[in-house]
Amino acid sequence: MTEAIIQLKNLTKKYDEQYAVNDLSLTIKKGEIFGLLGPNGAGKTTTILMILGLSEPTSGKVTVCGIDSTRNPIGVKKRVGYLPDNVGFYTHMTGLENLMYTAQLNGIYGEKAEKRAFDLLEKVNLLDAAHKKTGKYSRGMRQRLGLADVLIKNPEVIILDEPTLGIDPEGVRELLKLIKQLSKEEKITVLLSSHQLHQVQQICDRVGIFVKGKLLAEGNLETLAKKLFIEDNFVIQVKVDPIRAELIEKVKSIPSVHKVEQLGQQLEIYCGEDVSAEISKLIVQSGAHLLQLNKKDFGLDEIYHRYFEGRDEDDRKN
Amino acid sequence: MTGKINNPFSRWLEKITNLFPGDDVSISERPDRQAFWMIVRKEFADSIRSWRIVILLAIILLTCIASLYTAVTTIQDVVEASEDAQKIGRGAYLFLSLFTVSDGAMPSFITFIGLLGPLLGIALGFDAINSERNRGTLSRLMAQPIPRDYVINAKFVASVLLCTLLFFSLGLLVMAFGILILGIPPTGEEFARIMFFLFLCIVYIAFWLNLGILFSVIFRQAATSALASIAVWLFFGVFFPIIVNLFANNVLNVEQVASMTELVSRYGWVLALMRLSPNYLFNESVTVLLSPTTRSVGVVTMEQMVGAVTSPLPLTQSLLLVWPQITAMIAATLICFAISYVLFMRQEIRA
Repeated sequence: MTEAIIQLKNLTKKYDEQYAVNDLSLTIKKGEIFGLLGPNGAGKTTTILMILGLSEPTSGKVTVCGIDSTRNPIGVKKRVGYLPDNVGFYTHMTGLENLMYTAQLNGIYGEKAEKRAFDLLEKVNLLDAAHKKTGKYSRGMRQRLGLADVLIKNPEVIILDEPTLGIDPEGVRELLKLIKQLSKEEKITVLLSSHQLHQVQQICDRVGIFVKGKLLAEGNLETLAKKLFIEDNFVIQVKVDPIRAELIEKVKSIPSVHKVEQLGQQLEIYCGEDVSAEISKLIVQSGAHLLQLNKKDFGLDEIYHRYFEGRDEDDRKN
Repeated sequence: MTGKINNPFSRWLEKITNLFPGDDVSISERPDRQAFWMIVRKEFADSIRSWRIVILLAIILLTCIASLYTAVTTIQDVVEASEDAQKIGRGAYLFLSLFTVSDGAMPSFITFIGLLGPLLGIALGFDAINSERNRGTLSRLMAQPIPRDYVINAKFVASVLLCTLLFFSLGLLVMAFGILILGIPPTGEEFARIMFFLFLCIVYIAFWLNLGILFSVIFRQAATSALASIAVWLFFGVFFPIIVNLFANNVLNVEQVASMTELVSRYGWVLALMRLSPNYLFNESVTVLLSPTTRSVGVVTMEQMVGAVTSPLPLTQSLLLVWPQITAMIAATLICFAISYVLFMRQEIRA
């Protein structure tokens, strides 16, 4: 699990005077699912194109499976499957024909190709639609066919650009389950880009947060959270009736509580460790009614939001 | 593609494909030749199945039949009026006039080809690249282990292949009908002339095809590139001769010209201007090739005519006469392709 399969070293891509990707260094290990997170226009697709050798970096180096992408893009493309965002198929051909065509371009012919295509169609649950023209496919079906299309070359790495965009929640769940299953069963390394956090959160081993061509942070969710919220690891929300000033003072006197904010009937308590038991005790002892107490989790959403808060302020300054 | 190959053409292509041992080297990083012929095969099949090509082919076929019919009736009248039909046929290159004769109401075969050929080329080329881009298939295609130029090369090869197939079968059919109806077999020279004529047609269509491909690389919208190609076609087909004629009227005005030599040199200028148009080049070279009695494409003075033997030119001399025209047409075709090739190779892949 420690072997690096994709290595980016000081990768930079400049369009005119603007940096699409700025000095990006990243290592993706074999067998993991890596999520590249970032808002639209952050340079995710540019990075992916450079990994595939479809776009030439201004400076820096990309190595995939030990092959230099810029020097030998064909060697890389033999080992890497790429599902572009907004993937399209030849609408006048059936799903099977589209897959067979890709197989042929990868040097798989005849019955071998047909068998492989049918196997993959079964895997992505499209066997019924194999002989239907892809023009009649729904968005979710196209995305699943895209996954089969990517897998037909038997890749070591698959790169999925916004795979869940525009699919209904049930379709997203199915697709993500499929991706996870593939990564585990076939030991394929997956790199997926997205701006939809919840989805990425479900399946990624590690994520990298990518804004304006720069990688702001990388790691698994816990390390990301720790990096960001060193002080306020926990936020406890309580609903109390009535709220008295002395109660707030009392809560503040708990050693690990850093800050208490009052929002209407609610109190938000920022603290270094989980002190919900003490807080509830305090409230009840003070004679007030404790209506509700919940611990706020730091999901990816919160992490993401925190990162982008800074970015918004920068924008406003400009 | 369905895995089973059932039409003869595919089988033939597969034979070609097998000449290149692509499977053995596919492990190494060398580009896979077989993949190239796979793209050609798919593009060819797409073109042949697409409605716009089917419609154009039908139009071309119908007009050819019509012009052939008028040519045959005109020729038959001439032949019947004469006693020794065989002799007339040989002397007047009767067989070639199948392609050039018209009765005034219906344009001749070559006029139709000159008019509809460009349309066929444009129809084959105008959405070659931008439709792939708009459908989102270009980035998927590019993610396969093939060099980038395979896509544009294969599209060009497939379209030229289609034109070659179409025009040679059309030409041979016309010849076959000519033999059946007129009862005069073509001589070896006539046959060679027709073959060269067909080759010329393909070069001419390839020019328009490449223009279409060029616009399909430049413009993101298929409609824009189609309109741009048709605008160029209209310009050279209709407006360019009008503009040059307007200019010529002014330049060749007898009152302004002092001497004969000046008139000749001015006429040379007008002709050179005219030859900027691929349509004119095509018409000129086809006329020379199909009517052997044409002895010159420029100005001939009376002095030059004196002592000339008034007999048709042999094929080699006719070819020599239009060699510059043919070269220019091939060059224009290649230039268009080269520009689109370079532009395509430098374009960003992302949609």
